[in-house]
Amino acid sequence: MSHSFDDISAQLKGRHRRTRRLKMMSMGALALAASFLLVFIGDMVMRGYPAFQQAELNVPVTYSEQSREIPLAAVEEDVRSLVSRGWLRQLPRAMKADPTLMGQTIDSWVISDDQVDQYLKGHKSHLKPKEQQVLDRMIENGTAELKFNVNFFTTGDSKLPEYAGIWSAAMGTILTLLVTLAFAFPVGVMTAVYLEEFAPDNRLTQAIEININNLAAVPSILFGLLGLAIFINFFGMPRSSPLVGGLTLGLMTLPVIIITTRSALRSVPDTIRQAAFGVGCSQWQVVRDHVLPLSLPGILTGSIIGLAQAMGETAPLIIIGMVAFIPDAPESITQAATVLPAQIFTWAGEPEQAYVERTAAGILVLLSVLIFLNAAAVMLRKKFERRW
Amino acid sequence: MQAFLKTGIAVAVMAASISAAQAREQLRIVGSSTVYPFSSYVAEELGATSDFPTPVIESTGSGGGMKLFCEGVGDNTPDISNASRRMKVSEFERCADNGVTDITEAKIGFDGIAFAQSVDNGDINLTREQIAMAVAAQVPVDGKLVDNPYMKWSDIDKSLPDRKITVYGPPSTSGTRDAFEELVMEVATEDMEGYGGEGYTNIRQDGHYIASGENDNLIIQKLTENTAAFGIFGYSFLEENADKVVGASIDGVEPEADAISSGEYPVSRSLFYYVKNQHKDDVPAQEAYNTLFMSEKMIGELGYLKGIGLIPLPKAEREALRQQVESRTQLTLADLKK
Repeated sequence: MSHSFDDISAQLKGRHRRTRRLKMMSMGALALAASFLLVFIGDMVMRGYPAFQQAELNVPVTYSEQSREIPLAAVEEDVRSLVSRGWLRQLPRAMKADPTLMGQTIDSWVISDDQVDQYLKGHKSHLKPKEQQVLDRMIENGTAELKFNVNFFTTGDSKLPEYAGIWSAAMGTILTLLVTLAFAFPVGVMTAVYLEEFAPDNRLTQAIEININNLAAVPSILFGLLGLAIFINFFGMPRSSPLVGGLTLGLMTLPVIIITTRSALRSVPDTIRQAAFGVGCSQWQVVRDHVLPLSLPGILTGSIIGLAQAMGETAPLIIIGMVAFIPDAPESITQAATVLPAQIFTWAGEPEQAYVERTAAGILVLLSVLIFLNAAAVMLRKKFERRW
Repeated sequence: MQAFLKTGIAVAVMAASISAAQAREQLRIVGSSTVYPFSSYVAEELGATSDFPTPVIESTGSGGGMKLFCEGVGDNTPDISNASRRMKVSEFERCADNGVTDITEAKIGFDGIAFAQSVDNGDINLTREQIAMAVAAQVPVDGKLVDNPYMKWSDIDKSLPDRKITVYGPPSTSGTRDAFEELVMEVATEDMEGYGGEGYTNIRQDGHYIASGENDNLIIQKLTENTAAFGIFGYSFLEENADKVVGASIDGVEPEADAISSGEYPVSRSLFYYVKNQHKDDVPAQEAYNTLFMSEKMIGELGYLKGIGLIPLPKAEREALRQQVESRTQLTLADLKK
């Protein structure tokens, strides 16, 4: 069967049209995904941005015997309801720590109540008309201002929104991820090395491989149940601790690390192994001196992506008690701690507007860290990747 | 690479060798999501004004909290469990079976349960019977129980709006749900023909009642999006979101603090926490937490907790309860059966 030139030209048009259609559709898909992302991030920035500022008031603070007993007495009556209770209640301790304060009256910037903060930001507040008048006057005098919200980065969770911050959760996340890394990285890499370099190709290793791939797709909440059963109930490790959280997330990350490490090892050409064997290296030397160093960028990239995934995880942590009210920053991996996504989840359940801001701000911080981690993964790959 | 592996292994071994038996300074609290805001407020105050570390509070729902609380005595079990309803006899027995025999009950105040909708709809008055008919799994039609046929509120009563019945409410682990079943469903169905004189508490599962997790904020968000829907949640959330949602009057009474405290508003309940006295010596923070929580400063008429939605008990009752908690009066099965 032969086609005339005209037939082919006619066909060609159609084929080109299909190509264009495919291109348009895939571009549309990309644009749709990008616009979702933009709307999401834009929304978060809009909502979260105000949380980086916090209203402060410049008021005279009287340090006296009376204000040690009743901290409310330290500030004048008309601003009492405007100053944060969290700031007032730490006064007795501050006075104990610095006895020279006694008997002085010092003008200082103090953290305001969250309602004042909302009022200054132009949001709805529950302030009474009288309080609003006092506040309006203070704004005019320049004694009520929005300042950079230091507390957000230095404190833990709080029931007073003006004192709620991400420090404790960030520390919890760091400790948890350290445990995850210390557990999942060596175990994952070792497993992959065995499967790739030593294991015979038989039914058993095939079964193991299928199971590992399967594990990577298991819903993360199941790892939480596993963590509860093994680490807390069987080994008796402390509930809510980064130790248990890290190990649980480690179990979850393990398949990801094994799979990426295996493909990194596989990409090292066999000629390198053969050359090393040829000059008399033992298998140990081949793996240690040649295969592992060459595949390291791939392994690290995979591990970072695995960690980033673990970092954003909340579901398994609910079951092992890390989603809770834990304001104190953990000092060791056995103390109770919470993590960033869990903190965001907790804030999302609070009714006050100030927490809505903090929820979005927390998301922004988490997103920035994730972007940083993923960018690092890409950089590592670009920098050290070798092609054969 | 080698050094990296070595440190990794060292850390793993170290982590594994830490034994569980460590003296614990930190108080551990679990339980109701309704009591959680009050409980964490007190916990934070304790952490900020004393040398004790801030207690850790997990919001697990009343039932989930009791399950953990009753698991036994020892370092890895909670010291206190919050509940938005009284401890059940079955829970008490479970506790006793696991060696948790010395428990003190602390009642902290009242909370109303709101049946609310978006402010766009304006006010509405519902009776408990109407609400029960809207969410029950089976309802009597011509004296016989059939699967709930009501799709719209106007199907139940012509005077009600012509809106599809959608109710966002708490899941079955929640104390709010228990209280709703008891105070609305049971009361409404007890005297209703067709239920045989017994309270009926099964809630329909055909999509008209949507269990929405322990997150009351989520329910409020749903109500602003779906203005035809109703939601069931604690009074404190209603008060805080007065610009978004409005509570239905139930049997003609609006959900307001005074009406809840006096018992006039029919759907109000007491909030509790339960103390495991066997941990008294191991966790000294427990005593300090009790004293602080039961103080006038917290649960009194002018207490801080009132500011975040707790409705105080009458003064005499507060005094009596303070005594009870201080002396750690042991809870007995007979108390719960009262």
